[in-house]
Order: sequence, then C-alpha cells, then structure tokens
Amino acid sequence: MDMFIYPEYEVVRNPDLCIGCRVCERQCANEVHHYDFDLKKMAADSTKCVNCHRCVCLCPTHALKIVKSQDTYRTNANWDNQTVNEVYRQANSGGVLLSSMGNPKPFPIYWDKILLNASQVTNPPIDPLREPMETTVYLGKQKCSVERDGSGKLKNTLSPQLKLNMPIMFSAMSYGSISYNAHEALARAATELGTYYNTGEGGLHKDFYQYGKNTIVQVASGRFGVFKDYLDTGAAIEIKMGQGAKPGIGGHLPGKKISADVSATRMIPQGVDAISPAPHHDIYSIEDLRQLIYSLKESTNYKKPVIVKVAAVHNVAAIASGIARSGADIIAIDGFRGGTGAAPTRIRDNVGIPIELALASVDARLREEGIRDNVSIVVGGSIRSSADVVKAIALGADACYIATAAVLAMGCHLCRTCNVGKCNWGIATQVPELVKRLNPDVATERLVNLVTAWNHEIQEIMGGMGINSVEALRGNRLMLRGVGLNETELNILGIRHAGESL
Amino acid sequence: MLKKEGEIRIPAGCAISGVIDRSGARMSGECMIESISTMHDRSNGLGGGFAGYGIYPDFKDFYALHLFYDNTAAQRETEEFLKRHFEIAYCSAIQTRKVASIKDEPIIFRYFVSPLPRKLEASQLDEEEYVARCVFRVNVEIAGAYVFSSGKNMGIFKAVGFPEDVGKFYKLEEYEGYAWTCHGRYPTNTPGWWGGAHPFGLLDYSVVHNGEISSYDANRRYIEMFGYKCTLKTDTEVITYIFDYLLRKRKLTLQEAAKVVAASFWATIDTKSEAEREQEILLRRMFPSLLITGPFSIILGFEGGLMALNDRLKLRSMVCGEKGDKAYIASEECAIRVIEPELDKIYSPAGGEAVVYTLKNGGKRE
Repeated sequence: MDMFIYPEYEVVRNPDLCIGCRVCERQCANEVHHYDFDLKKMAADSTKCVNCHRCVCLCPTHALKIVKSQDTYRTNANWDNQTVNEVYRQANSGGVLLSSMGNPKPFPIYWDKILLNASQVTNPPIDPLREPMETTVYLGKQKCSVERDGSGKLKNTLSPQLKLNMPIMFSAMSYGSISYNAHEALARAATELGTYYNTGEGGLHKDFYQYGKNTIVQVASGRFGVFKDYLDTGAAIEIKMGQGAKPGIGGHLPGKKISADVSATRMIPQGVDAISPAPHHDIYSIEDLRQLIYSLKESTNYKKPVIVKVAAVHNVAAIASGIARSGADIIAIDGFRGGTGAAPTRIRDNVGIPIELALASVDARLREEGIRDNVSIVVGGSIRSSADVVKAIALGADACYIATAAVLAMGCHLCRTCNVGKCNWGIATQVPELVKRLNPDVATERLVNLVTAWNHEIQEIMGGMGINSVEALRGNRLMLRGVGLNETELNILGIRHAGESL
Repeated sequence: MLKKEGEIRIPAGCAISGVIDRSGARMSGECMIESISTMHDRSNGLGGGFAGYGIYPDFKDFYALHLFYDNTAAQRETEEFLKRHFEIAYCSAIQTRKVASIKDEPIIFRYFVSPLPRKLEASQLDEEEYVARCVFRVNVEIAGAYVFSSGKNMGIFKAVGFPEDVGKFYKLEEYEGYAWTCHGRYPTNTPGWWGGAHPFGLLDYSVVHNGEISSYDANRRYIEMFGYKCTLKTDTEVITYIFDYLLRKRKLTLQEAAKVVAASFWATIDTKSEAEREQEILLRRMFPSLLITGPFSIILGFEGGLMALNDRLKLRSMVCGEKGDKAYIASEECAIRVIEPELDKIYSPAGGEAVVYTLKNGGKRE
C-alpha cells in the first residue's frame, strides 16, 4: 500500500480570471490540468504538479499561481515534512531517491559572505564606458621556456591554449540529459560570444560538428560517443573524473530519455538506462590518469588542451596538485552545489564541499608548490551571477563554468525533476513535442544576453577596483574581504575580514 | 598600535626623478637632491631615497650590501651569516651627517662581498642567485636586520624624511655615479621604518615608483612562486622582483619585460604589424599574472642604464628630457628644468611606452 503524500505545492486558479482556454492543460506534460465538462471549468490535480511554472508563465490572463502547501505534519525540528515524506517514498518503492539540479539545502554560501573592494582617492577607478576593459582570457599552461629564433624573436613554446572573450563558459550538459534544441542553443551562443560550451558525456550530435571550434568534448567513464572524429572536432578535451552534484558516482541517464537520436550519438542501445561507471576503469590512480591524458593528446597530435574535471571533495588540493603534474592543461573543479540531470538525493545533498573553499585551497596549494602556472583553473557549481565570477577569479580561478544559470536563461524554473524527462520547457527532455517548445533562436539570444550582461557587470566591478584587465584580478585576494566568517574560514579562503586594512 | 611596514600594505603617492650621463661621465648626487627638492609637495616627509650607479669603482667586482640594523645583536648575527657565505673585502659604517629632521636612525653598515667559492659551488646556483637568496635569508630570518641594497658598483641610500634631507644625511655630494635615481614618498600612513623608504633594490636592479597598483596581490602571489619573498608589501618591492624575474631569470629584453608589465591593450595589439602582434600576444599569454594595472610611473635602474615606464593608461605624470649625453626622467618637468634649463628635447612618453637610456658603450659601464 502506498502512503498518500500531500503535494508540496498547490495550483491556485483565480476563477474570475480563468477563461477556460485550456492552454495550461495543453502545456502540462504532467497532466495536472483538465477541463471539467460537467462543471464547465478548469480543474487541477496538484499531486502531479512539479512546480515548473510553465502554466503560470503561459496563462494568457495570469489566472494561475503555485503556492507552497500549508498542509503539515505535527511540527518537528528533527523530522520535518520532507524528511518524513522521503521515508514514506522509500517505504512505498524500495528505491534510491533520485533528484535533479543542485543541492538545495541551506549550507553556507561563501560567495555571499565575501565583499569586493573599490578604489578611492589613492588610486583612480577606471570607467569601462570610456577606457578599454579587458576580459579576454587564455586557458592552459603558461609555463614554458623562453627560446629565440636566429633573429632574436621569441619562439612560441606554449602548449595549446583556449582563448575566451570573457571568463565564462557553458559547463557540461550532455545531449540526452538536455534536448537537441538546448544543445544547439548552447553551441550557437558559445560561438557568438567567443567562448565554449561542453558536450558533457553524451557525445556530439553530427549536426553540431560545425560548432567544433567552440566545443569542449568530454570523455567520461562511460566513454559514450567517444571516437576519433569526436576528439578531432572539439577545441579541447575534458576528462570527467567527477561531478560536484554526485562525487564518487557516474552519470545516470534514464532509458526514457534515450531516444533514437541520443542512442546514435551515444553509441548505446535505445531506451536502456545509461549508467556510467563510478570510476574510469582504466584510471585507478594518478599515474593512470596521466596515461589517459597523453593518449588523448597523442591521438589529437598535441593540438588540444586537456581539461581534467573533478568534484570538490575533501582532499581536492592534493588531487589537483597531482593533476597539475600529470600533463593536464586545465583543471575544472565542480562544487557540491553543481547541477545534474539526475543524482541520488543522498549523494547530491551530502557529498562534497563548497566550491569557494575548494578553489581557495587548490589555488593556494598549487602556488605553494610553485606549479600554479602548470594549469589553468576553471570552477563551477554554483556560479550564480557576475559577482560570483569576480569573486571566483579574485580567489584564484582563471574562468568559470555556468550551467544552471544557462538553463535558467533558456527557461528552466528549477523544478528539479529533470530525471523524469517531461520538461515542459523543452530543455531536459527528449519528447519531440516538448523539445520543439524550446526555440533555438530565442534560447541562443537569451544565453548571449545573459553572458553579455554578466560581462558588462564584470567590467564595471573591475573598473571600480582600478583593474583594467581580468589577468590582474586573478588570485588578487586583497580585493576580497569576508563578513561573518570565522578564523578557519578566512584562513582557508586566504582573505581578511571586512574592516581589516590592506 | 600602528603596524610596521610589511605587516600591512600602505598605499603611497610620490615623486620620482632620474638622470644618466650616457657617455659614462660621473656626477655627484647633488643634482638629484636639487631635482627632487623642487617636487617637495609630492612627498610628505615620510620617506626619501636615492640610487647611484657607478659609485663604487674601487670595489666594482664586489656586491655592495647596505644594511639597516635595529640593534647590535642583529648586526652580530648578520655578520656571522655574511662570514659564512661571503668573503668580505671591506666593511664600515656608512658615513652620515646629522640633519635636524632625520631622526631615529638605525645602525647603517656597508659590506663589499663576494660569495665564498666553495659555498657557491656547493649551492649549485649562479652567483647572482646565490647573493639574492642570501639577501632574502637575512631579510626574512634575522629580526632587526635589513639589506636594502645589494648590487655591484651601485648603492641605495634611503631614510624616513624628505628626500633632500635624506641626500644631505648620506653626504651624497661625496659619491659620483653615471646614473642616479631618487624618490620622495607620500604614504597614507606613518610607517616610520627606514626599510620602507624607496628606492627598492635587488642585485643591480633598483626601482623608484610613483603609484598604487591595483594588481598587487595577483602579482605578489605569482612572483612568490619563484622564491621571492614580499616582506614589505609595497608595490615597489613586487615591481623590482618582477623585473628581476623577467630580465635576469627569464632573459627577456627590457622592451619585452615592459610589454609584459604594461602590455598593450588587446585592441591595440590587433592594429599592429603581424610580427609585433605575434610577439606581444605571446608575451601576454606567457606571463599574464605579471601584468600590472593601476597607476604607476617607474624608473628602473640597472647596470648601464635607466628605463622609464608608465602604466598603460598613463595615470601618473612622467616626462623625459635629453641634453647632449644626459637624459632625465621625472614626475614633473620642473624637476628636470631646475637642473638643466636648456634641453634638446622634452616629451611625455605614452602609457606603456618604455623609454630606455643606456651607456653608449653598449650598456656596459666604463
């Protein structure tokens, strides 16, 4: 017997505004709304509602809203409603709880406890409307030898690098976890912006090879869709060792999201769950990682930087140090708030550490060891605004990965049910009639708008600090101050408390 | 209690001036005193100093170490350290005269040294790196001792006070060099510590600087990876180390180093010839963390020459003048005119434009 669980959110319809047009009914893949012919009015079944706001946004008369349900068990600080419901759910099904998107629990958000500096009197702020304000970043190794040709000119001894017009890239989201149209929008937006998007572990649809010079191709433990043309097409190759939302386990793609096209792209059977192994079975240690890095470099003639992506875990500084000595050009670190298309809830909500602390300790460790210029550092999970980007760079990042913000720009309302595959916004679904709701032209424009806006804000903030190039912001921790942080937190972040002088 | 320089970072405005006789003819330090004193209002009496090149011809093959000691215990400990690492050719207190406004002077000593051959060989370092590391060890490890000058045939003289008083204090009229630089400081705090005055030097390199760089911590955290220890937390210190790293350790040319620290904007680079574009992009990609932003005007002193450089937006004033073999660099034109009213040429270098004046005999001293 399944225990009834009262819905967490309720659909509220204003009968004075509703005109019975049935748009909400047609828009809801979860079949929440229906027209009651006897009563001649719309009705809703809130138990099916995921609170994606599709109906709210499309209702022509704004007759709908979704509210948090007031139904509650006896108040209990230890056994809150959600905790109790999850026990019921597991007793009903015997299954592992699955969730989507980033950890929603109220852990500290260090970005919000860090404040930025600005110039006053002794050094002038710079006005980005009137002076150049540079946000171009090159990612990759900077360490190289100084060599000259016969005429005394410097020779280019650098390893391959990626050039970004702004220190923001779209993070890995696989085709399969998100739709064809979403992938197309990311690819086109990255191309227009002069930055990169990331295929995630699902391979690259043949239609998108044309965006290869702005594409980072991922090689994950499942090796889905990995073959020579794929590696050759990307501008860089990312080895995914871990993901912030689910450190220690591999990707989960439910069979119902594996359409014919996804199946062809991933090179796996249609309709069968795609569960990536937790480890790469050819990498059980750091020396194995080195071999994979050089295998990939060898197979692409040393023309592409290799990124190694790891989840932020307790020992991330030592792990990063090992990676920096293993031939990787870029280390991507994914914080425990990073998004996912599907992850076991307990893992998502309890494993890993905040990206702010992971970044600070990795950057400090690599500098202590004198190997910070062996690699660039890219951080994600979760970067929510341009201010987060600026703080991340000042802590020591070269650039940031964004994904949740990118899907929000395309229309996502963070209902956190991507794993169900019925995304009403056409993003995290493979159902053709849902996918076509996402217009790639519009989504591209919205992504370009978002990143362009952030870049303007980054320029404004840098100008205020008297910094006119993002290179001079990187690792510039004197520009940061903590508020309400304890001594240990300040030490790990390597910053002083607000009110403390330079 | 106010913190000492090095425990906190103190922003400062300043005046700088420099002169070189490209024929190699030597002049006393008095002209610099006269030059800097016209810019009296750009300093506030909390720091002044001079660097002279070619001033120790009799000991030109020895490193001239200038040291401040807070007490005799620090001196004893340092001298033991120096004896373990160097042959000391000559040592004495640096001669000074009493000047009413200069107070609280530390013990000021000078040593002409050369590395002990056996120690040098055992260290597997080249001679300059050996000396630089010894300087860092004294400054970091011996409390109350501070090496403030460590080049060959050059010397730095500095103190808390107005620069013209500092010049009199050190009897600069008794030294003759082919090049001089000087500095008057306007810190926004009262450091009261002599080591915090400028010029700042390491080996032959000395830097006088006017400005407050916004890239400080990015530069510091990068350069510290290569063994430099920023004990003073001043811009001048980190700028000196950057030039030492780029010029001495990475063997860049002066113009290349200038393109690293005051890189052309990407948009400007795009307009250059292909050859120049390629080189400048390469330098920015190789040393992005050594780009210096925020206002600065500096004079870099080195064996055989001076280099003037402004930040790429030219947020600090700086002019260059020439008269015959002599070349002048200063924060304000008046500081040049006061010592040479009739100039062949005077101009204001653009932001990021390095002006290099070297001795005529290929940059080497006579």
